[in-house]
Amino acid sequence: MNSKQQKGLYRPEFEHSSCGIGFVANLKGRKSHKIISDALSMLFRMEHRGGTGFDLKSGDGAGILIQMPHAFFADICPLEGIELPEPGKYGICMTFFPQQEGPREACRAIFDRSIEEVGLSLLGYRPVPSDNSDLGQTSRESEPHAQQVFIGCPDDMDLDTFERKLFILRRYTEHQIRQTVADGGDDFTIISSSHKTINYKGQFTTAQVPLYFGDLQDERMVSSIALVHSRFSTNTFPSWKLAQPFRYIAHNGEINTIRGNINWMRAREALLKCSAFSRDELEMIFPICDERASDSANLDMVVEMLVLSGRSLPHVLMMMIPEAWQHHTTMSETKKAFYEFYSALMEPWDGPASICFTDGVLVGATLDRNGLRPSRYCVTDDDTVIMASESGVIDIDPATVKFRGRLQPGKMFVADLAEGRIIADEELKNDICSRQPYRQWIDNGLIYLDDLEQPTEEHLQPNQERLFKRQLAFGYSYEELSEILAIMGRDGKEPLGSMGADNPLAVLSDRPQQLSHYFKQLFAQVTNPPIDPIREKVIMDLRTYVGGFKNILTESPEHCCRIAIPQPVLINRHLEKLRYADHKHFQTKTLEILFKADGLQGRLEKTLARICRYAEDAIEDGYSIILLSDRGMDSDHAPIPSLLATSAVHHHLIRSGKRGKVDIVVECGDVREVHHFATLLGYGASAVNPYLAFESLVDMCEKGILGEASVDEVIANYVKAINDGLMKIFSKMGISTLASYQGAQIFEILGINQEVVNTYFSGSVSRIEGLGLDQIAEETLRKHRKGFPLRGGGGKVLDSGGDYSWRQGGERHLFNPTTIRLLQEATREGDFEKYREYCKTIDEQSKAAYTLRGLMEFQSTKKPVPLEEVEPAENILKRFATGAMSFGSISWEAHTTLAIAMNRIGSKSNSGEGGEDPVRYKLLPNGDDRCSATKQVASGRFGVNSYYLSKAKELQIKMAQGAKPGEGGHLPGHKVSGWIGRTRNSTPGVGLISPPPHHDIYSIEDLAQLIFDLKNANRDARINVKLVSETGVGTVAAGVCKAKADAVLISGYDGGTGASPISSIKHAGLPWELGLAETHQTLVRNRLRNRIVVQTDGQLKTSRDLAVATLLGAEEWGVATAALVVEGCIMMRKCHSNTCPVGVATQREDLRAKYTGKVEHVITFFEFLVQGLREIMAELGFKTINEMIGQADCLKFRDTVEHWKYSGLDLSPIIFRERSGEEEGLYCSKNQNHQMDEILDWKLLEAAGPALEKGECVEGSYVVNNTDRAVGTLLSNEISKRYEGAGLPEGTIRFKLRGSAGQSFGAFAVRGVELELEGDANDYFGKGLSGGHLSVYPDSTAQFAAEENIIIGNVAFYGATGGKAFIRGIAGERFCVRNSGAEVVVEGVGDHGCEYMTGGRAVILGPTGLNFGAGMSGGIAYILDESGEFPNRCNMGMIELEDLEDREEIDSLHALIEEHHTKTGSTVAERILNNWERWSRQFYKVMPSDYKRMLNYISKVRSTGKYSEENDIMDAAFNMHIKNMLIETQARDVEMNIAQVVHSQ
Amino acid sequence: MGKPTGFLEFNRKANPSRPMRERLADWDEVYLLRSDQMSVNQGARCMDCGVPFCHQSAVIEGAATGCPINNLIPEWNDLIFRGRWKDALDRLHHTNNFPEFTGRVCPAPCEAGCVLGIIDPPVSIHDNEWTIIDKGFENGWVVAEPPGSRTGKNVAVIGSGPAGLACAAQLNRAGHLVTVFERDDRIGGLLMYGIPNMKLDKSVVTRRIDLLAAEGIEFRAGIDVGRDLEAEELIDQFDAVVLACGATKPRDLPVAGRELKNIHFAMDFLRANTKSLLDSGLSDGNFISAEGKRVVVLGGGDTGTDCVATALRHRAAYVSQFEILPMPGTERDNENNPWPQWPKTLKVDYGQREAIYTQGKDPREYLVMTRKFEGDADGNVKALRIVTVTWEKDEQGRFFPREFPNSERVVEADLVLLAMGFLGPEDYLAEQFGLERDPRTNIKADHGCYATNIDGVFSAGDARRGQSLVVWAINEGRGCAREVDKYLMGDSYLP
Repeated sequence: MNSKQQKGLYRPEFEHSSCGIGFVANLKGRKSHKIISDALSMLFRMEHRGGTGFDLKSGDGAGILIQMPHAFFADICPLEGIELPEPGKYGICMTFFPQQEGPREACRAIFDRSIEEVGLSLLGYRPVPSDNSDLGQTSRESEPHAQQVFIGCPDDMDLDTFERKLFILRRYTEHQIRQTVADGGDDFTIISSSHKTINYKGQFTTAQVPLYFGDLQDERMVSSIALVHSRFSTNTFPSWKLAQPFRYIAHNGEINTIRGNINWMRAREALLKCSAFSRDELEMIFPICDERASDSANLDMVVEMLVLSGRSLPHVLMMMIPEAWQHHTTMSETKKAFYEFYSALMEPWDGPASICFTDGVLVGATLDRNGLRPSRYCVTDDDTVIMASESGVIDIDPATVKFRGRLQPGKMFVADLAEGRIIADEELKNDICSRQPYRQWIDNGLIYLDDLEQPTEEHLQPNQERLFKRQLAFGYSYEELSEILAIMGRDGKEPLGSMGADNPLAVLSDRPQQLSHYFKQLFAQVTNPPIDPIREKVIMDLRTYVGGFKNILTESPEHCCRIAIPQPVLINRHLEKLRYADHKHFQTKTLEILFKADGLQGRLEKTLARICRYAEDAIEDGYSIILLSDRGMDSDHAPIPSLLATSAVHHHLIRSGKRGKVDIVVECGDVREVHHFATLLGYGASAVNPYLAFESLVDMCEKGILGEASVDEVIANYVKAINDGLMKIFSKMGISTLASYQGAQIFEILGINQEVVNTYFSGSVSRIEGLGLDQIAEETLRKHRKGFPLRGGGGKVLDSGGDYSWRQGGERHLFNPTTIRLLQEATREGDFEKYREYCKTIDEQSKAAYTLRGLMEFQSTKKPVPLEEVEPAENILKRFATGAMSFGSISWEAHTTLAIAMNRIGSKSNSGEGGEDPVRYKLLPNGDDRCSATKQVASGRFGVNSYYLSKAKELQIKMAQGAKPGEGGHLPGHKVSGWIGRTRNSTPGVGLISPPPHHDIYSIEDLAQLIFDLKNANRDARINVKLVSETGVGTVAAGVCKAKADAVLISGYDGGTGASPISSIKHAGLPWELGLAETHQTLVRNRLRNRIVVQTDGQLKTSRDLAVATLLGAEEWGVATAALVVEGCIMMRKCHSNTCPVGVATQREDLRAKYTGKVEHVITFFEFLVQGLREIMAELGFKTINEMIGQADCLKFRDTVEHWKYSGLDLSPIIFRERSGEEEGLYCSKNQNHQMDEILDWKLLEAAGPALEKGECVEGSYVVNNTDRAVGTLLSNEISKRYEGAGLPEGTIRFKLRGSAGQSFGAFAVRGVELELEGDANDYFGKGLSGGHLSVYPDSTAQFAAEENIIIGNVAFYGATGGKAFIRGIAGERFCVRNSGAEVVVEGVGDHGCEYMTGGRAVILGPTGLNFGAGMSGGIAYILDESGEFPNRCNMGMIELEDLEDREEIDSLHALIEEHHTKTGSTVAERILNNWERWSRQFYKVMPSDYKRMLNYISKVRSTGKYSEENDIMDAAFNMHIKNMLIETQARDVEMNIAQVVHSQ
Repeated sequence: MGKPTGFLEFNRKANPSRPMRERLADWDEVYLLRSDQMSVNQGARCMDCGVPFCHQSAVIEGAATGCPINNLIPEWNDLIFRGRWKDALDRLHHTNNFPEFTGRVCPAPCEAGCVLGIIDPPVSIHDNEWTIIDKGFENGWVVAEPPGSRTGKNVAVIGSGPAGLACAAQLNRAGHLVTVFERDDRIGGLLMYGIPNMKLDKSVVTRRIDLLAAEGIEFRAGIDVGRDLEAEELIDQFDAVVLACGATKPRDLPVAGRELKNIHFAMDFLRANTKSLLDSGLSDGNFISAEGKRVVVLGGGDTGTDCVATALRHRAAYVSQFEILPMPGTERDNENNPWPQWPKTLKVDYGQREAIYTQGKDPREYLVMTRKFEGDADGNVKALRIVTVTWEKDEQGRFFPREFPNSERVVEADLVLLAMGFLGPEDYLAEQFGLERDPRTNIKADHGCYATNIDGVFSAGDARRGQSLVVWAINEGRGCAREVDKYLMGDSYLP
């Protein structure tokens, strides 16, 4: 597998996959070939959920898992000379051998020997017949040699033992071969080894599975269970063995915590013990997990281990993927007890997951706690159960359907073929949970921190001098105290910042850094969704345990004998409880993490080794908690960075097999920011006591700096801020529990050398080398010496720091007074020489190493060319884009100046995520165009309707933002003026929340779907996907390319923002150099580079920056901050407070009046950039940009670097030049095939001709199935093009469809379009509905009760801006998420209903799921919940529940339900309408508080009769809001001022 | 930080000055401090910029913008707003040894750079600084802090002006034993005799010097190194020597009649006045009196202004002030002199205001060049022949003044004060030490390292830089101390 070798930045472990899964089974256990063929056709119908590489024939992988087809083998085997015993007495190892003869023989020899060693007998080998003629090139290049190895069961062995032996055989053989067969051993895999099931899979497209494996077409091959999987991977490298299903499961999703899970499994191996396996057998199996295998493969391995050691498959999955139980309001005590018990035993395998599983007897499926993958099922009257990611994947007669359901978050359903029935979640789990008295076990065994005795010892607050020394020695700055700690202590929140990070990376900084700062947080983008830790807090959990693990193969009362700690920040009192814990099970050993401050080489290394040794000794001595403490620091002893000490001990103990016996608690002075805590927890700490942060807070509190709060309140505020911040950090990676985050190492290390990483941070990614241990020691000592100086002269107050605001002598910033001034003067005066001076200042700063590119220099590989021969500036200007900044984050003036400038020079400005005022679609009298060429589609979908999409030249899907990747946003109500509200399709004065994830992108195949939707909404627009640079972004970009995006933007972590938590600005994501280079290299290597345009942005400021970006593979560049500076921005970094004094980032009219930016200046700037770039091109000998793209060998690492810190860096992986095939090249040269030629809308469009041309009414009916996606979208686009925002008169176009509609039915449908669907539909129904009307009801022949069955999938009406819809039946999770205008009637919804809704109405005539109305700031929902449970299921954070009283309102609700009845024939509606007086009183009205207040203002304004224009009314209502708000805040200010005066006296 | 909307709520308010009638009758300071609440509001005006241009030490087109000693202006503005005066003082002292001097006499290039200045009058940084330090003294927060231990190294600092004092203060703090030599009879250099009492009360200077002495610095006044004490001796006795002796060589006007009586250098006039004031309350008569005289001050800078104000307090008959350069505009020229450059606008300082009050008009005339002095029979100056000039560019593009034809006129004068700047340090000292000099005759040493060509001999302040601001002198003194500390010890903790 040479192509997998590590070159450049690409690493195979970054690959992600995601998929379509499903199964078909017969409940009564009737075997048939039809089950198999149905499953295969299901697979084929989910082809759009799979991926293909550069050649369409090379799929990402697909496969099928079935019961052992004995009849088939009984017929076949004699022909192969294999004598087959009766069923059950033999098993088959479906095995991939290396293709080459030599290694294959070597593998076979070992295999044979292993069979003997395990005590089984070989019956024979059967080469599996295969036909590779349809395979694509890459699949064929890595095609293995598939053989079925028949293994006989000894006569005296029972079947369970035989199954276990087969498992041991498989693990043992694989380990043996991998260790001994050098060439090709890695290719050897046993994909299944069982007497019950067999697996056929490979690197196929879905259609290729039966073509390749002829066996599957054989009618004799029968099964009553068939589980299938189609893979969409971000890479296209050989991955035959990563295809799914695995042995027990097919997994659609991603285990975000995999690194931790693997480590913890490893840590527990020494503790494992059970009757099913002997110790020798366990040793043959270990390691259970395989770091090189995918997350899904590891999940399967652990499932297998736990199942074979005696638990049922559902039980195991409940352990590993538990429901969110802690904050669950309606869960039974028994079940909570089960989950609590197991939470002490094992951390969740966390991440989005839909899992289908089978052990050959039962088959089932489960969903993760957040329900982030679709799973639909139905049961027919012939006992067939069909379960898949989508509905409609097998054609079935609707009349035979007994039930249509979906899997809900955290739920499981099982078809037990032995019992011949479906066991629903409740029964199944109740059965499992009541097997043991878990509650009693917990009550007796589990110890809560509060229960521990409080020792009398306590630490006193140090005096000023000592505190100051400590602060110095731990590198505190004034800024950290006043801008971070004080804010957290006072407000209980992490502070906000704005603009980007333009200071050096930790490794390039001259100021001594925290070790944590070399660790960059990873975050979810595309392949899995981040979570909203605020609005979806119900699934978050910060509980942690200490006291050592137990053997997970068994369960007993002692298993939960651990100490439960509710959250990981230990206040002093709690730490002392632990320190002095004296309990029969727990004692704590304190180890000092200090090293002698003599600066000797190797001192730190020796000390770490000693601490690790002591830790091991402590375990031997029976301690189960290790407390690492640096409290003993003195002038001779410096503190080891707590992160280093913790991780060193953690990894040392994992390696020595003792980690499972203890937990690590840390008492340290260096930890203060959220990020610091995250790193410690991420590298194995269970809890942290930041004593110096506490002491600093107490000091500030006592000085009265923190207002009125008491010391206890301040500490509590700080702890809360840290906890909230931690949850945000977990959730940005899609992790919801601390237990699974702990040790998961969700970081990339930037600037620490491989040796240190391998020893102390094993398994973390660090790609450019950097500091060694002695440099880390030196950095620590530099701080220590400040606190304990050898002599006098030091400052008497803390240094400013200068990280967040520029300070002389503080941290360096690229934008500082000099560069800002030079740039502004150069562009205002049109002075190119001054521009040169500006560039020189920045580029030379770069040479003092601010950035990675600053460490590079050009080297010419060609002869220079005369400047005149370089392509003209006009061509190059087209390659620019400005960053995505919304109107809302920056002012109208600043926004339109950029748009006009960019349109004049033919480049692209970006609307940002706030929609666009249609007034900009008209040209100005002088011909200037204010329309943003690029329109953004972000998670909030504000103002994203058909017309908006139609007016774009490019549509950008913002997956992440450099300044806060993985996080959402919140535009507070006081910033939503009438104008901004209008543009965003919302109500002025009402806050707007952008969710962290796009709720229609939880996976790569979802992204492909959104791209398809947008392409339908505007097929002339280029689709651009914005990613943020992080480890593995290249493979994500490859996935994005395969999802058919036309362009991908790699943003640096350092890009700008209007408001973002300051830890996110600094600590999440990577510089673009790494991400861009990785992307380019990965695309080239995948032979995808020519299909996609690569763009980059993030602190691009000079022509040199552009040249470096181009050489690293970018063909387009985004420049935003610098353009704003040209417009007048002076980097106040106060964008979030709306007080920008130069009118750039403010909405205040008085400040906007101060704006002085000019279109001409902006144009001059871009012209200067190009002029400088052309000069560099001439010098390097490039005549065109295309020639220059990706020519990384024109860059080299400066060889003159002699810095104590960064001379150890190695940038060669970044400037590694990936060679491309001749036909592909290094830049985008061909178009994506969007596969839109065959879509249904062409027919609809044709039929709608008269309506479009003449406004005549048209009708028609069509059949749909699940592969017809985005029905009505392209049609709506055509209407928007012609009729703009207004659409057509209602009812002009009426189409009736029948069948199971694909995803995004009616997406962006506009006014005048009415779609009626008989049947059902999948996810994203009515996405972005823009005025159209939709209705759906079950097939007329269906027998089931509509209101009890699921009819449309998850995330319906996401971001709808208008229109109506009527749904007869139940909808999935997140119904009406971010709806801002549609009026919808439905008969039941899943969890998170009406989340983030800002407008429109939702009428729900049935039950709702949990967390209803979370983040709902506008619109109204009417719920008819007969169960009375509804109030318990609401998230009351922003809403109020009211009764219906207003007559007018009751009448309009009546009218809506009546329409529902008319459109869908709903019997529920009929029943309600028939007794309206009674039912109308039963509705709950859900009213968002802010919305209510604004409606009140609006009606007050309206009643004055002063305004006739709607816009004026909105403005007046907004002003009323602001005025009232000011009165409130002033009242508060007065109080605050009084407090201050009191304190200052 | 601070109040985010403060700049939108409050207008700029500078320190008030004492009534004209009252202040012209004495030698006390002209300005008063604002009320506390006003200061709090002025602190609130600070926007806490992400890039505070006030805090940078830049020189653009020859003029400073931003604070040459990088005062942590946004930080103490915020602290003022929060009423945390003591913390504000600590952060102020972190960068500035003598805020009571700069708070009074600095022309405040920080305010030129203040970002608020783009759209509104800048934050009153200068007055805020003054308020902080005066509150500090008032509350007894400013106390001597002798170093905890001594290094055993001796350093000689020559010159007790702001550069020498700053350098001495810092070196002492690092534990070195510092001896400051001053050739004049009182310590303080320019601070003592260069700036008149109404601008910087001499008790303010001595108060600080007393503190420094209490911290362990030895002051030796009346010793003119190079004359009273050989350079070689000094180098022998001390581990390092810092020359901070200022640029005291005044620019002369070599025209006919220069030798006439009652034509004085401004510094002689000012020094004598202050000395007599301190010695005897001007009763000893040892000063050049302008009483009843028609006074002409040549030079439109700050020293000229001080001469005007001093002459007015002597009850001069009339005071005129001539400047050869053109009159600056009243508004900033945003095309050629944009923010954050030092605004070349007309500044009406206290002296001019006092002249306007007493004489009815601004004493300054622009584009005036003196052709010759004319005297009476006794050799006393009686008049100046002056011409009007225009500024033109020569072939090299340099500006030069061209006489305006037929513009010559005669101005009567009994006392002429030459306030046309300084050329550089006195020659004798540099020569004796054998120091290299730069083309402008200043002692040659680079900014930032301060080492001269002689090992162990450093130079800072106007002596190295040429005539400049007090705040630059402090910058140089502090920087030089850091270099001397490194030279002596190998490293330095000095901020």
